[in-house]
Amino acid sequence: MFAYIVRRLIYAIPILVGVNLLTFTLFFVVNSPDDMAASQLGDKYVTPEAIENWKQKNGYDKPLFLNPQAAGVGQVTDTIFFDKSVRLFAFDFGRSESGRDITTDVATRMWPSLAVALPTFLVGIGVNICVALMVVMFRGTRLDRGAVFVFVALMSISYLFYIIGGQFLVAKTWRLVPISGFHTEGQVWKFLILPVLVGVVAGIGAGARWYRTLFLEEANQDYVRTARAKGCSELSILFRHILPNALIPILTGVVVLIPSLFMGSLLIESFFGIPGLGSYMLDAINSQDFAIVRSMVFIGSILYIVGLLLTDISYTWADPRVRLS
Amino acid sequence: MKPVLLWSDALIFLLVISLALFFWRLRRDPQTRERWADVFSSRLGMVAFTVIAAYILVALLDSLHFRRALENPESLATQEVFYDNKVSSVFDVLTGGMGDRFERTYSAPFALLSFEKENIKDASGRDIRDFPPLRHAGQHLAHPDERAADILAKSAKALFWGLLLCALVIAPQWLVLRGSPFPWAASWITQGVILSAGVWMVGISHHYHILGTDQGGADVLYQSLKGIRTGVLLGTLATLVMLPIAVTLGVMAGYFKGWVDDVVQYLYTTLSSIPGILLIAASVLLFQVYIDLNPDFFAVGMEKADAKFIALCFILGVTSWSTLCRLIRAETLKISQLGYVQAAHAFGVSHSRILGRHVLPNVVHIILITFVLDFSALVLAEAVLSYIGVGVDPSMGSWGNMINGARSELSREPTIWWTLTGAFFFMFILVLAANLFSDLVRDAFDPRTSLRRADA
Repeated sequence: MFAYIVRRLIYAIPILVGVNLLTFTLFFVVNSPDDMAASQLGDKYVTPEAIENWKQKNGYDKPLFLNPQAAGVGQVTDTIFFDKSVRLFAFDFGRSESGRDITTDVATRMWPSLAVALPTFLVGIGVNICVALMVVMFRGTRLDRGAVFVFVALMSISYLFYIIGGQFLVAKTWRLVPISGFHTEGQVWKFLILPVLVGVVAGIGAGARWYRTLFLEEANQDYVRTARAKGCSELSILFRHILPNALIPILTGVVVLIPSLFMGSLLIESFFGIPGLGSYMLDAINSQDFAIVRSMVFIGSILYIVGLLLTDISYTWADPRVRLS
Repeated sequence: MKPVLLWSDALIFLLVISLALFFWRLRRDPQTRERWADVFSSRLGMVAFTVIAAYILVALLDSLHFRRALENPESLATQEVFYDNKVSSVFDVLTGGMGDRFERTYSAPFALLSFEKENIKDASGRDIRDFPPLRHAGQHLAHPDERAADILAKSAKALFWGLLLCALVIAPQWLVLRGSPFPWAASWITQGVILSAGVWMVGISHHYHILGTDQGGADVLYQSLKGIRTGVLLGTLATLVMLPIAVTLGVMAGYFKGWVDDVVQYLYTTLSSIPGILLIAASVLLFQVYIDLNPDFFAVGMEKADAKFIALCFILGVTSWSTLCRLIRAETLKISQLGYVQAAHAFGVSHSRILGRHVLPNVVHIILITFVLDFSALVLAEAVLSYIGVGVDPSMGSWGNMINGARSELSREPTIWWTLTGAFFFMFILVLAANLFSDLVRDAFDPRTSLRRADA
């Protein structure tokens, strides 16, 4: 098991290198430092000297991959690629274009993101499973078909509608909670309840529909027929036989998402004014702060790879027949 | 009149023609026919297809662009013809100039007065501050109280013409398809509803703003209808970019195995490990910077918007092929173990021939399911991307831009709800129809589900 995890982590290195090369190509080759300087300085102030100055100040005045003027190892390390990309591997994200330290920003902004994303994730799974179970209880009837139609309809509604609708109804019309904002001390839940609610409701359509298919797949298995033949009631079949078995694909399906919870949700956070990583990314995109975008891409890929690893481990945990080798 | 061919117009017509040819060829395959018959034998499938077809028709009509010839003034002694700078489409003509009736600012649906007070002169010529009357709503009314009766009368008239049009459109279909085993009646009813609604909208919009106007005074209904082209084009073109990449790499990885498989797997794992929205945003921003630095590439503003739009489709396609690639690789792995592929190998059939005749036809169902599924996802994604600021150009009408422009207006008192309603409604109908249709297509084409049905 330990050997397997180590091997998987080693496999992750070429992927991260690939991610790095890709973002580097996007940010520095397609869009050269000269272009970046020009767009950051603004049209009026673009002179060759100003561009050189900007590049020197922000550390872009080196060659891209290879520095023939430096000696020894410096040929490789004294380049933009090493400065901006390789350092990410040591979690040294450097400074954003506005001069703030990205590592500290990420570390502080991670917690509000998690405070919204984790309850949304857990409550969402609970609600979806309950709804799906209720529908499965009536499988094959008109109620079942009607419910599937409702799920598809819920899926077809834009996420933006859920957010705007939720804010309008709960916060503006009923005045139950503040429309947006965030506090670290005192009544944090007041600010969290609406984003979580919106996130859960928006996920019901797709989630419950997926869980329903999983439950139905189990319901067609032989052991269900056996249970029915020996006289189990439909309720005990559903809860004692189908539910535990269907939990395996559910578990392995959602585990991959857990690490990504740290990243937060772009839309929810920006609409509800939560100072998490989602709104951090959105601000970076809007202010074209590529240093932050690059770091977030790197963090996101790491979390995804960790998610894949956790998925594999959860297989062995949930299903003793699976062995990792 | 001078036709204007934007790149996206050319692409969408190319796409429609090639899809039509594709289905025309598939017709001969009895198995495929049977599966499509499955999809269309349900009333829901018929209705969903009709709605999608109506949206596509609007998108196509809206893609026939031209510039109007301007009337030369008498004084100008030249035979040269000058053209309007504004690009119109056939759809604009069909809606009877719905988009040309601008107000000053917001107005509510069917309102006669503007939403905001302005300094105006009253009947006796004094300056007062009040809601000014709209320029293009209820001009024919003698008294504001007649409005309700007038709307009813106009609606009845529009309904009459609408039903007449329905009869003209549906009667020939009925004559041809009367004995068909498919539930065409469901489609006809849907067509009837859509046509009547269309005629009603065009008829009433001459006298009122059905969904009000937005901040710039533009008709909201017209904007929502213009959003159809953007949504449909984005949903199809992005998938069109993605398909060749995903299919080529997936089939090659599954068929050749070995290092090809390793490389392809590495590529899609790397790509899918990057948070999608960041990759898309970064690419779009870079393209934006590139356009800003090279402003003389495009002659007209619309061409620039169009180039950005195609770039967006391209970026969405290039960043999202990994899922389909993975599915096709798995299926190809399975297929290339099968007896008939082994037999073809033994007979010395070339790789390209095996791929073309034995492997590709057997992954078509996956491509088809993905195409329909992705369509609705892309339409929804457009709204989100436009909200983030990396979507289509603001000058190009789209639901995302409408939502983005109107979201802060809900906090006003009284609430301005009509822009959001228009955008969300038209988007919802399209996505719902596409989702329902994709469910049916998947049920019919996915061998797993069709097996399960055979058991039951």
